[in-house]
Amino acid sequence: MSEMIKPYGDTLNDGITQLAFTLPIENSAKARKAAEIYVTKLNFENPAVAHAEKIADNFTYFVVFARAKPSLDYSTVTASEVQTAELDFYQINNLIKKELNRKMAVVGATIGSDAHTVGIDAIMNMKGYNQDYGLERYSEINALNIGAQVTSEELLKKALELKADAILVSQTVTQKDAHIRNFTELVELLEAENLRSKFLLVAGGPRITNDLAIELGYDAGFGPGTRPSQVASYLITTLLAK
Amino acid sequence: MANLKLDQSQIAKVKKLAADIADEIQAQICTCSSVSVERAVLRLFGVDGASEDNTPLPNKIVELARKQEMLDRGISAYFAQAMLKSGRDPQTTAELLERGNLSIDKQTSFPAAEIAEKEAGLARHAFKTLQKTRENKLRKQVSQALPAQPWRYIIVATGNIYEDRTQARSAVYSGADIIAVIRSTAQSLLDYVPFGPTTEGFGGTYATQANFKIIREALDEAGEEQGRYIRLVNYSSGLCMAEIAACAALEDLDMLLNDSMYGILFRDINMKRTFVDQYFSRLICTHAGIIINTGEDNYLTTSDAIEAAHTVTASQLINEAMAKKAQLPDDLLGLGHAFEINPQTENAFLYELAHAQLARQLFPNAPLKYMPPTKYKSTDIFHAHCLDTMFNLASVTTGQGIHLAGILTEASHTPLMQDRFQSLRNIDTIFNVARNLGDEIEFKADGFINRRAQTVLTETEAFLNEIKGSGLMKAISGGKFADISRAAKGGKGYDGVFTKARDYSNPVMDLLEKPLNP
Repeated sequence: MSEMIKPYGDTLNDGITQLAFTLPIENSAKARKAAEIYVTKLNFENPAVAHAEKIADNFTYFVVFARAKPSLDYSTVTASEVQTAELDFYQINNLIKKELNRKMAVVGATIGSDAHTVGIDAIMNMKGYNQDYGLERYSEINALNIGAQVTSEELLKKALELKADAILVSQTVTQKDAHIRNFTELVELLEAENLRSKFLLVAGGPRITNDLAIELGYDAGFGPGTRPSQVASYLITTLLAK
Repeated sequence: MANLKLDQSQIAKVKKLAADIADEIQAQICTCSSVSVERAVLRLFGVDGASEDNTPLPNKIVELARKQEMLDRGISAYFAQAMLKSGRDPQTTAELLERGNLSIDKQTSFPAAEIAEKEAGLARHAFKTLQKTRENKLRKQVSQALPAQPWRYIIVATGNIYEDRTQARSAVYSGADIIAVIRSTAQSLLDYVPFGPTTEGFGGTYATQANFKIIREALDEAGEEQGRYIRLVNYSSGLCMAEIAACAALEDLDMLLNDSMYGILFRDINMKRTFVDQYFSRLICTHAGIIINTGEDNYLTTSDAIEAAHTVTASQLINEAMAKKAQLPDDLLGLGHAFEINPQTENAFLYELAHAQLARQLFPNAPLKYMPPTKYKSTDIFHAHCLDTMFNLASVTTGQGIHLAGILTEASHTPLMQDRFQSLRNIDTIFNVARNLGDEIEFKADGFINRRAQTVLTETEAFLNEIKGSGLMKAISGGKFADISRAAKGGKGYDGVFTKARDYSNPVMDLLEKPLNP
């Protein structure tokens, strides 16, 4: 059964979309017309330039509302999400204790040139994120957060030392797709060393979806807003299912 | 002016504690130098350029001395002797040394007095260079008006210096007072300053002297068009604190990120190296009229902003005390803090006001550097914009000095041109509508804000007592700051620190250490 959808403003199928963009031209009647025409080229109709303003010499910023023309058959869309029972702090610790029968070891790092630890810290540090304790706080998890600007080699070395069950890799700030290269480099290293199957490999960061992570050769991917217990639930349930 | 009722004798007590902590570190700093300090000396003598394999000449020359295990006397005397031998200027002498046409010799072939005189001449040249940049900037600031504080600080980070230039110009057009060119994220770990203009890097392009020059020129032009002086910022942190300070001085930069502990904690740079390097870099800043920006805001990215508020205050006090060792005047002290409390906390804004006002009153003459929310920035850009609005209000109400623009797309990508425009419009609106709010309001004597500020000050006093008891280095090893622990001999760059020999010579440092107003 097809299920056609379009953006929703205030009436089903009105297609209303807000756009904000900059064109490299001076603001003028001609420029506003150009913005309108450009938006119709993007497959919108009834474009209304709500706002146009010079923001630098030869640059104009536009806010445009328009109606999207295409519809999409939602029934044809597939995407994966990390499927796991959501357990809480106590349930996770209990499960590790009873079923795994030893501590679960996890190493994490921000790799490559990225100096931002906000993502890996949110998941691993004691304090956690959004009133959800970080992995370090779990009595049954042996968690090591190596920090930022760690090379793939260093990360792997630590993972082997710690006999890690899982490796968490974070990438926050990216430019010209550096995060993809960094993620790939680690997978390639693991494969070259014949160690890929030894670890659960998890990617995280604002640009990460589970699909992208799997495409890159990871076991799972977590995007913005992920809580530590979600990651821990995934790790222990997957580990036990292995 | 909104005022907290703080106990003045307690303020005197925490300042004294910080001064004692700085005294202990300074005693250790004085016995050591580093490869970065020596390279900075060469740069101030007038050595620039790079060899064919792109190694900067200051690195090459310091390496020549180090290989012969002669560096403990400092590079100055050797270089002065090489100049006497070559009879040429510093740059040509450096090139001759690099090519092997001239050598760094232990054996002195000139009378000691002649070498000392040459060194003194080079040092005077360095000293004048630093004076000149200060005067240059003062002259520009007189002819082009300085805006009222808080100054609007905008970053550009395209990874290509020429694209950065375009973005910087547009930011000035949109209202920025300060432009920071973000450098490549891994640069803090390079033990050299790359040479020449660069068009690559991650999260920004490299800090090089040539890049400084390109942006300085663009900002001078843009500033003249807009009728206000535009300040230029870069990073004197990492393994090349002192050298970057020298390059920045040579190209008339106005501000440098420069913290006495940031590199140790967040870049795992050896603590001795950092303490030694920050001192010389700050001496340069003092004479070149460069405002330092300290990095306390970073603590709050790893620790909770309420629980760790006192560590921010303590670090500000330590940074101030250590800056005083380098004679930095109050108007060059951009002490850092941040608006990073979880917005789900009830009355988070009252906490923020208390913290910001406390910093304002502890350092009344310092242009405080106030950082926008980043940790709880949502990828929902509209919600992020809302947080920034509250940050802007806190800043103008408590009279902050250097206001880093919060950007609505902070959680997603480095700022687009239109993101910057939105950010500046928000700032301008809030600063305008609430310009004198701080002059009108009073904090209730026994109210939440007064009590909160008092709590932070009391916790700061206890914390500083603890640090003084163990010594700063032990406190850092014990993870007292930002929940990060660093070993005294661990970290990067430790092998570049050395104990000064009895006949160590650094005539630039000697001149810079002289009292400013004798």
